Amino acid sequence: MKIAVCVKQVPDTWAEKKLRSDDSTLDREAADGVMNELDEYAVEEALQLGEAHGAEVTIVTMGPERAGETIRKALSMGADAGIHLVDDGLHGSDALATSYALATILNGRGFDLIIFGSESTDARMSVVPAMVAERLGVAQLTFAQKVEIAGSDVTIERVTDSGYDTVKASLPVVLSVVEKINEPRYPSFKGIMAAKKKPVETLTVADAGLDMARVGASASWSAVVDFAARPPKAAGTVVTDEGDGGVKIADFLTGQKFI
Amino acid sequence: MGEVLVLVEQADGVVKKVTTELLTLACSLGEPSAVWVGPGYSTAAEATLAEFGAAVVYVAESPELAAHPVAPKAEVLAHLVSEKSPAAVLVASTADGKEAAGRLAVRIDSGVITDAVAVSPELVATQSVFGGSTVVHSRVTSGTPIFTVRPNSTPPVASNGAAVRSDISITLSDAARKASVTGSTVAVKGGRPELAEAAIVVSGGRGVGSPEGFAVIEALADSLHGAVGASRAATDAGWYPHQYQVGQTGKTVSPQLYIANGISGAIQHRAGMQTSKTIIVVNKDAEAPIFELADYGVVGDLFAVVPQLTQEIGKRSA
Ligand SMILES: Cc1cc2nc3c(=O)[nH]c(=O)nc-3n(C[C@H](O)[C@H](O)[C@H](O)COP(=O)(O)OP(=O)(O)OC[C@H]3O[C@@H](n4cnc5c(N)ncnc54)[C@H](O)[C@@H]3O)c2cc1C
Ligand SMILES: Nc1ncnc2c1ncn2[C@@H]1O[C@H](COP(=O)(O)O)[C@@H](O)[C@H]1O
Repeated sequence: MKIAVCVKQVPDTWAEKKLRSDDSTLDREAADGVMNELDEYAVEEALQLGEAHGAEVTIVTMGPERAGETIRKALSMGADAGIHLVDDGLHGSDALATSYALATILNGRGFDLIIFGSESTDARMSVVPAMVAERLGVAQLTFAQKVEIAGSDVTIERVTDSGYDTVKASLPVVLSVVEKINEPRYPSFKGIMAAKKKPVETLTVADAGLDMARVGASASWSAVVDFAARPPKAAGTVVTDEGDGGVKIADFLTGQKFI
Repeated sequence: MGEVLVLVEQADGVVKKVTTELLTLACSLGEPSAVWVGPGYSTAAEATLAEFGAAVVYVAESPELAAHPVAPKAEVLAHLVSEKSPAAVLVASTADGKEAAGRLAVRIDSGVITDAVAVSPELVATQSVFGGSTVVHSRVTSGTPIFTVRPNSTPPVASNGAAVRSDISITLSDAARKASVTGSTVAVKGGRPELAEAAIVVSGGRGVGSPEGFAVIEALADSLHGAVGASRAATDAGWYPHQYQVGQTGKTVSPQLYIANGISGAIQHRAGMQTSKTIIVVNKDAEAPIFELADYGVVGDLFAVVPQLTQEIGKRSA
């Protein structure tokens, strides 16, 4: 079996994120880059499925030079190879452009499973996996809290508002996983050493055969008109309970007409 | 003014509140049309859609449309976009809604803006990003604008619509049929408003300590007719079902009132509740970061403060 995992490098979860004043894109220089937390679960699931069913796991990322660190991290967790799409012409790509670029790289490489995280912590759109499934015309099994593969049949539990749906398809499939699915492993020292020798293919827009007009900021289907920092919230009132904490909250709620 | 398509969200044939909000928003942008996908369209549903201004209801009723996840909604909408050339398409910002909007965007090669909290008559969307620290205005620059709109962004306002039924039948693509829903398991407790849509949410975290501890959280929620939420620490511990998790990997809520009890305020929790209009905090640690968000906070033991509050609300609303 061949598995691809799409991972994204994002600003550190705890870092303050802001937009650049020149082109309204996320300021990626301002913070350390880390693997999107939710993609760690995708890598872990790929490794577990690979261990159970015998598979080669390839990590795919689109991002600037230093996004290569994120591929290395996944390789040190145990993945076999990487593909890094890196080109200045990609800067400013929105979800449509990103899904176009990813689908183009993934297409024709014979992947049986393409695994995504459920959301990137910076863009927070949760649309790239569905868009890639649509572009490739393969089954979409997303928001999985559990995945089972038997022969060529894949069954997942898709998280819903009220519980979960059981959804089935045959390989190949596009999968996205939620954080309940597993506990991502930490890279071992041995894994970190081994990762240095694993192959990473770097591709430019031209190498990947992408249409320049469909990627990057100029190609985008939406544009930022303006943005502003929200003024910090005025500090609220904090009191210490002296036996009447509940009554005090009730007074506040009455003042605000909630009661 | 042009036609504005609103994808209906429903559960067991009942139109969800978020759809009434989207219809209200659509009224300010143009002529609202509701789009119903799947079996179960009823006179009750029609009455709700009419009440909130739907001039037309496109009904695509084939059971096949509910047998496959997400893609059928995108295909019905894509069909309508090509037939009707609407001014915009509005979809609720739920997991399903965002995915349907994403697939639609690819199909019709149009821009999509997710998690809008407002859309102006000029079709400029307002988004609150980075945990609410930045407000962004953006617009779709290519194709038919598609917006996913957060629940609780527009107060629903009744406005009479004719809700004229127009039946739609489409042939699903082979790709849409490749994944099939074979079962549905319900894990939520009934009787309370749905978390993502509730005007009031009362949440409990690790400080609640046990499944039994959630009784005090539920009692407070019930006294305010609110929904119950939980932090990941509480859902992971098995004290409350996962469906009630609020945060990055749970539900995003934006209620009028959010009451956080025994929750420290980790960034992943804040990501799902930071835009709540009024925030109340009960926590015994005065240093807990959640207090930074509080409009009103009490440093104290939730097992003393919360029951007293519930009792007080009971007295005052009697
Ligand atoms: C990938 C990923 C995704 C995540 N997604 C989410 C998410 O969606 N939602 C989410 O919530 N978290 C999420 N988390 C977890 C998050 O980082 C925190 O671990 C979690 O939110 C902590 O929950 P808590 O505040 O209930 O617990 P704690 O941080 O342990 O805080 C408990 C609080 O209760 C207070 N307390 C204890 N006893 C009492 C009492 N008797 N009375 C009053 N106060 C009391 C304590 O002072 C403390 O402040 C995620 C983490 C990761 C890595
Ligand atoms: N630039 C990228 N490179 C590789 N994978 C990506 C990229 N952007 C998004 N993804 C994948 O798509 C998922 C959802 O992202 P999003 O739709 O932006 O929330 C992420 O968890 C990743 O698995």
